[in-house]
Amino acid sequence: MKPPSSLPNTLPRPRSELAKLKAVWHLPSGWRTITAVNNTVVGYFYIATAFLFFLLAGILGLLIRTQLAVPENTFLSQDTYNQIFTMHGTVMMFLFAVPAVEAMGILLLPQMLGARDLPFPRLGAFAFWAYFVGGLVFFSTLFFGAAPSGGWFMYPPLTGMKFSPGIGADFWLLGIGFIEISAIAGAIEIIVGVLKTRAPGMTLTRMPVFAWTMLIFAGMIVFAFPAVILATILLELERAFGWPFFIPERGGDALLWQHLFWFFGHPEVYIIFLPAAGMVSMIVPTMAGVPLVGYRLIVVALIATGFFSFGLWVHHMFTTGIPARSLGFFSAASMAVAIPSGIQVFAWIATIASGRLKLTAASLFVLGFLFVFTLGGLTGVMVAMVPFDWQAHDTYFVVAHFHYVLFGGMVFPLFAAFYYWAPAFSRRQLSERLGKWAFWLIFIGFNTAFLPMHVTGLIGMPRRVYTYPAGLGWDTLNMVSTIGAFLVAAGVLVFLVDLVRNLRLTNTDSVGNVWNAGTLEWLPNHAFGTRSVPFVNSLYPIWSTRDLARDVERGGYFLPGTATGSRETIVTSAVNAEPQYVMRVSGPGWAHLSAAVFTAAFFLLLTAKLVIIAVACGILAIASIFIWMRQSDPAPAGKAAIGGGISLPTYMSGPMSHSWWAMVVLSLVAGALYLSYVFSYLYLWTVVPDVWPRPDSLPGLPVLAVSGLAASAVALWAADRCVRLGRRGAFIGLVAVGVVALIASLAADIWSQWHAGIRPDTSGYTAMVYANAVLQAQIVAAVFCMALFAAFRAATGRVDSLRRVAFDNLALFWLFALGQGALGLLLTHGFPRMAAAL
Amino acid sequence: MNVLDPAGPDAGRLAELSWILFIGGGAIFALVLAITFFAMQGSDRSRKRLSGNWLVWTGGIAFPVAVLTGLLVYGLLLMGAESRPAEPDLRVHVEGRQWWWRVSYEEPDGSRLESANEIRIPLGREVEFVLTSPDVIHSFWVPSLGGKLDMIPGRTNRLRLTADRPGVYRGQCAEYCGGPHALMALEVIAMPAGEFDAWRAQASSPVENAPARGGELFLATGCGSCHTVRGTSAAGTIGPDLSRLGERRQLAAARLPMSAENIARFITHGQDIKPGNLMPEFRFLTADETAAIASYLAELK
Repeated sequence: MKPPSSLPNTLPRPRSELAKLKAVWHLPSGWRTITAVNNTVVGYFYIATAFLFFLLAGILGLLIRTQLAVPENTFLSQDTYNQIFTMHGTVMMFLFAVPAVEAMGILLLPQMLGARDLPFPRLGAFAFWAYFVGGLVFFSTLFFGAAPSGGWFMYPPLTGMKFSPGIGADFWLLGIGFIEISAIAGAIEIIVGVLKTRAPGMTLTRMPVFAWTMLIFAGMIVFAFPAVILATILLELERAFGWPFFIPERGGDALLWQHLFWFFGHPEVYIIFLPAAGMVSMIVPTMAGVPLVGYRLIVVALIATGFFSFGLWVHHMFTTGIPARSLGFFSAASMAVAIPSGIQVFAWIATIASGRLKLTAASLFVLGFLFVFTLGGLTGVMVAMVPFDWQAHDTYFVVAHFHYVLFGGMVFPLFAAFYYWAPAFSRRQLSERLGKWAFWLIFIGFNTAFLPMHVTGLIGMPRRVYTYPAGLGWDTLNMVSTIGAFLVAAGVLVFLVDLVRNLRLTNTDSVGNVWNAGTLEWLPNHAFGTRSVPFVNSLYPIWSTRDLARDVERGGYFLPGTATGSRETIVTSAVNAEPQYVMRVSGPGWAHLSAAVFTAAFFLLLTAKLVIIAVACGILAIASIFIWMRQSDPAPAGKAAIGGGISLPTYMSGPMSHSWWAMVVLSLVAGALYLSYVFSYLYLWTVVPDVWPRPDSLPGLPVLAVSGLAASAVALWAADRCVRLGRRGAFIGLVAVGVVALIASLAADIWSQWHAGIRPDTSGYTAMVYANAVLQAQIVAAVFCMALFAAFRAATGRVDSLRRVAFDNLALFWLFALGQGALGLLLTHGFPRMAAAL
Repeated sequence: MNVLDPAGPDAGRLAELSWILFIGGGAIFALVLAITFFAMQGSDRSRKRLSGNWLVWTGGIAFPVAVLTGLLVYGLLLMGAESRPAEPDLRVHVEGRQWWWRVSYEEPDGSRLESANEIRIPLGREVEFVLTSPDVIHSFWVPSLGGKLDMIPGRTNRLRLTADRPGVYRGQCAEYCGGPHALMALEVIAMPAGEFDAWRAQASSPVENAPARGGELFLATGCGSCHTVRGTSAAGTIGPDLSRLGERRQLAAARLPMSAENIARFITHGQDIKPGNLMPEFRFLTADETAAIASYLAELK
């Protein structure tokens, strides 16, 4: 898109325009604030909750350090300590780190990209509320002594029913599985937001590094989280019904869990780190007053990190006895991932050198980050050396290492981000004086606590010990670490004082661009983002466009009001940011909120084995989603002029539309989940081939199941024709037939396995066969609900050849169900026959 | 128990590697700090020089690629040194259990010599530890002798170690295994080969002269359903073999020093000493009975 030669809209704007815009984006007040869906409001809630979990898990950390201050301490009992260290890790990773960066994305991205809001505000709010309710209940299991105690990576067999009969492990599996679903919802929102709602002219090469990192972050969530979700499904099936996936004496394998967990767990580290690095790449140029050096190299480095991080999960398993040859590959990959980090570190240093770094509190936290993270990176290279890891693994050396990378790589940048971005959202800046105090306390405290741990580990102290004997040389070092931990706590306390004294969140009159930054989030901001949507001509539009802030605020740029009388944002093309259509986004509501609460209740009550109430909540959750969806997909409203002579459609279906993109990403998530399953199936076969059956004990060829899929596919094709031709009645009939055929196919397959005498609890193999059915049932259930919705929309005249998103979404997922069903049949019926023939 | 104070060639190679990594890492760290300092505080000329893309290319790409390639090759060579095809001089089977170690020496005649929580090895001879677990994952780690290796249910891992300095080396379970994981330690005693052979020759025969009353009480109380004492009817395999308990330096997986008093305390108050351990407390025994059993066990040497 060519830059407009003059302002797209004439000034001054009619007075009523702004009033109308304000009215449409009006925020609910009082207790109704919880129904708000604006990215700023949800962003504040989200960050505040994540920070609350940081404090809570931090207190757990202090309890751990208090217990370990002296040898043979009896401050905490063994069982309490085991629950506390498990919760410290779990809460920090799942309830603080990932949600915190996701929250920063939700708060900052629309502002930074020049969008009025994220594309699915209610989905974002749903993700938050699900996390809020689920997280708080999960945390409070500690107060009832019912928290999990198997360590944050929950290795079976220790976490199997035999060795962990309590419900703590179930809380972990269902609670965390559920919270990850919320993270995935947020990731879909972020991917579509970053790719489709950027301001006109903001090509990918003009996109701020933070947005790049959030895009990669979300993409990694899409591919990494399904692996651990599958693992939690399998382990929960094992615990609840005795399907022996991880029990070696019954044809399972304990290491399967480790592969699945770390296939998620290692990318997880970069999922947390990359957005934090993105924040640093925003702060450094502003504080140095110059553009970022090596922008393109950094983007390449970020993408490379994303890829590499999926190839090194085995480096958490160097001591499991995996043959040296395969370890060599993972060792190489683990070292290679250091290079992209090196690129970023030197790019920041070069940026600092090319400008003059103002030593603000934010800058101090960035410098602290450079110091701590570099050290953590170096020890990371050390533990990537397999022979060194044989010694360091599972000791306090590793505890020190990952706190240097995670606290250094994520918490320091997060504090920098608070000090840096507060003026964009608050009526008052945070105090530079208190910020510097907080920094020095945290920085000195952190190094006092964690530097000695490298030594503690090397002289033999394993991690996860609730006490230790005196006289092994560990006493003094542990005491020093404890003192350091309390210094960190003092620093965090100073920060809290600063927040209370100075943070005054607002949607109308923030302090604004105090640092003279160049990116869009520093334009005057409102509940609707900027008054008009700017044209972006560089990486730092505020620096490169004269009077941008003034003209944007006066409404001189695109879409200065509301074109359709509802909340809107401009959708642009994914690469070049050419305006495509005006999308209407949803406003406040109750339905997504009750959907979130009931979904959380469903999972948590299921854990507590209150099945009937749980099912009731599940039904209420689905009903809420139906009500929520009824208000989605508004009817086409003609063309909308956004200024500069550009007139855009207000409705879009097919590959250009935001909902198509979201469904594709969701299918990728489901696909990644299923591929993790295929991996698990094949992996288990390599470990225990003996439990795979001979062809004569298999059920016959799945003729019925295949016919069901084929019939369903034909019905889908015909239903698509009916939508085009506007034949409503036939459409509803075909959807019904197609979904019934899909269900029948699955039922026929389960029946044939059962009929052949195969029972899920017999061996790892039989458990895998039925796990396939569980995964397919999950998808089929979703297709069923979507079909019900599409049929309802059609019956009420809301589906036609133009307004067809409800059907398009169903069709995409339906296609996915057919593909997964076919692949599943091929695997469970074909593979044993092939393996027998080998 | 110190990675950097090795007592054998395997640990020695790892200690050498560690020093290389620490010194190299320290130097790189100092360099990065120095460059950052100059980027902030240097003269305009030196800052200008640091501000180009070349810094990213050299510092962020060329330098790490070179260093990491070197390290990788070194690491692979070291890993190669660990794989030795020849038969070991001695094979010791170690089974990690919640929360102790079953130890079983392979005798030259193919039989097994059972023990627990303490492993004697001959100096200068290569020992293969055959590592298994019947319950959850544990990890066998004696830092002074070499790296750790996990004990995984359903799998068998083999670790070769050699000691070339006499001494007692503490080891500890390194994979969290629930409950009192923190209190699951062991000791490896490296002794001259001659002494080791002599010890092994007599260790397999039963102890003759232990106090009779304690022995009878031991059997009458039912201790034999979990523990074995060679030469008696006590043949349980759920708990540690006690045939030569008095000979060991430590009690309850290196939780307490060995003494009759500590054995007595463990019998009646084991859950205070090692909370969560799987042995019930025998508080119904009188102090006198407990003392008799304890002194019997302490004399098994």
